[in-house]
Amino acid sequence: MSTPTQETTTPPPPKAQNSLTQGTLPRWTWAAMLAGSVAVAAALAAALGAAFGAESFLMPLWVVLVPVIYLPAMLILQWVRINKRKAIDGFWKNLVYLAFLIALLPLVSVIWSVVSVGLPGLLAPGFLASDMSGITGRIDQETMETGGDVLGGIRHAIIGSLVITLAATVISVPIGLLTSIYLVEYSRGSWLSRAITFFVDVMTGIPSIVAGLFAAAATAWFISTASSLGLMAARPYTMGLTAAIALSVLMIPVVVRTTEEMLRVVPNELREASYALGVRKWRTILKVVIPTAISGIASGVTLSIARVIGETAPILVTAGFVVNANWNLVSGWMATLPVYIYRQFQNPIAPAATEPSEQRAWAAALVLIIIVMLLNLAARIIAQVFAPKKTGR
Amino acid sequence: MSKRINAIDLNVYYGDFLAVEGVNIDIEPRSVTAFIGPSGCGKTTFLRTLNRMHEVLPGARVEGQLLLDDDNIYDTAVDPVTVRSMVGMVFQRPNPFPTMSIRDNVLAGYKLNGTRLSRSQSDQVVEEALKGANLWNEVKDRLDKPGSGLSGGQQQRLCIARTIAVKPDVILMDEPCSALDPISTLAIEDLINELKDTYTVVIVTHNMQQAARVSEKTAFFNIAGTGKPGKLIEYDETTKIFSNPSKKDTENYVSGRFG
Repeated sequence: MSTPTQETTTPPPPKAQNSLTQGTLPRWTWAAMLAGSVAVAAALAAALGAAFGAESFLMPLWVVLVPVIYLPAMLILQWVRINKRKAIDGFWKNLVYLAFLIALLPLVSVIWSVVSVGLPGLLAPGFLASDMSGITGRIDQETMETGGDVLGGIRHAIIGSLVITLAATVISVPIGLLTSIYLVEYSRGSWLSRAITFFVDVMTGIPSIVAGLFAAAATAWFISTASSLGLMAARPYTMGLTAAIALSVLMIPVVVRTTEEMLRVVPNELREASYALGVRKWRTILKVVIPTAISGIASGVTLSIARVIGETAPILVTAGFVVNANWNLVSGWMATLPVYIYRQFQNPIAPAATEPSEQRAWAAALVLIIIVMLLNLAARIIAQVFAPKKTGR
Repeated sequence: MSKRINAIDLNVYYGDFLAVEGVNIDIEPRSVTAFIGPSGCGKTTFLRTLNRMHEVLPGARVEGQLLLDDDNIYDTAVDPVTVRSMVGMVFQRPNPFPTMSIRDNVLAGYKLNGTRLSRSQSDQVVEEALKGANLWNEVKDRLDKPGSGLSGGQQQRLCIARTIAVKPDVILMDEPCSALDPISTLAIEDLINELKDTYTVVIVTHNMQQAARVSEKTAFFNIAGTGKPGKLIEYDETTKIFSNPSKKDTENYVSGRFG
């Protein structure tokens, strides 16, 4: 084997002036520019504050002035030193970052304020393990005066939230899942499926208080009818189950919509592959379509739970409010976290000493946020675990 | 194990649209038959009527008779599921079940139907089917890995293994090699040659060399124009279709002077 002889050519030396270059700015330009903008904005804000004598105005003015100075400054600098296209590109990029920061602001500030205000209450001894029975205005008053730990807790509200939400999930998931299976697999675009889709969309927009009133009215009607027929004794309609029905009215459309999307993205080829093996349609749906879509379905269900666990109004009109734990869904009132928060703020235990109630409310809000975050995390983990395996080579 | 297929005046519709008209064809058991023809001429549509997969699509229906060893599969009292368990199908794009391992994919025909197999029975089915699909040596050490991790050619052979695992009488193949490279194509063609000893194989292909290589008989379908129904133009020994067809259309198509 003779290798072809390579001509040893040395690459030409780089030209002194590369005709492809354009103006550039060092990488740290934006940081320097930002620091400059911050400084200039501070000076400007201080000057304006001094001129108008508005000291409290200073800080927000400063924050607003930073982008007002930074954006045009970067635009002009890049326009002059590089070119128009780069400058406009950079300008829009900075606007997008700014919009992102503004959008993040409420979220961060909510989490920050709830954590900072709620943490002391959460760390108070027995907050998660005790309920509010026996906590009177007198006790709160004493706590205020002596500076001791705030007594009372949210055990009953956590129990109520979990039991009611679980019951709502048990009601909504089968209904929602079967509805979406009908829509995707059986309806073939009939008028019935179009009607269902339309009404599900309408249901998505139902105000939650209306769902609560509906559930209350429906349960009351059911109980009065059943008792007049002698099937059961008359009893109050306010109970956990009524609240669960109200929440399921809000959950069903979410479950239908998410599962419908998930079932639709299952490739038709898999259904046909199953049919071609002589597998019946219901078995194909049960063993091929749903397992393929299960990760999306599970995370959709989890997100719909997160959506309803924070509802206040429908719980208030259906399950009422109590101070002690009640595990029984079909008898007695139940408290949930959002209602607990609302009550602690609105009707403090000791009208003259509201601080213990407020501390409990903030701590309960923190617990609620933690539960919702855990649910979102669970949704992601579920989606990951159930997702069809792609690798394995 | 192997059955004769006999179509009598078969019309295939999508809703009101007549897609394939008046097909009369007699397919021998234990043979390979190729369907060739231009795109849109109804070869795939006709193939899908052979195991009643056509009617899975909304509005699709069939008129006429299709005899599987003298039994009309379009008799009103026939359950399409029974037909499909006798007539297996391999699709254009490999479609192993993504949630299942290689082993479960082969056993899919049993598992999805809820048939219980003992461990030794299922081991035997898996090994036989994978050997029958010339895939055993490549995957025997990783039967519990996902089927979607295989290469395209291996996936297609896995789909063939899945089809022969349920021991059908007829195997339909809808352009099984169109998504594969030449080496995988060769592997599938070798496999088709072995399958014809046991099964009736019908294959749709756009590749005329492939039709000439694998089939004993060839059916040429054609369409007069868009919106017109596809028709079976000529059905004869493969050697005759490619060397001395009796119809002018066939000659134009196989010699590349079409259209």
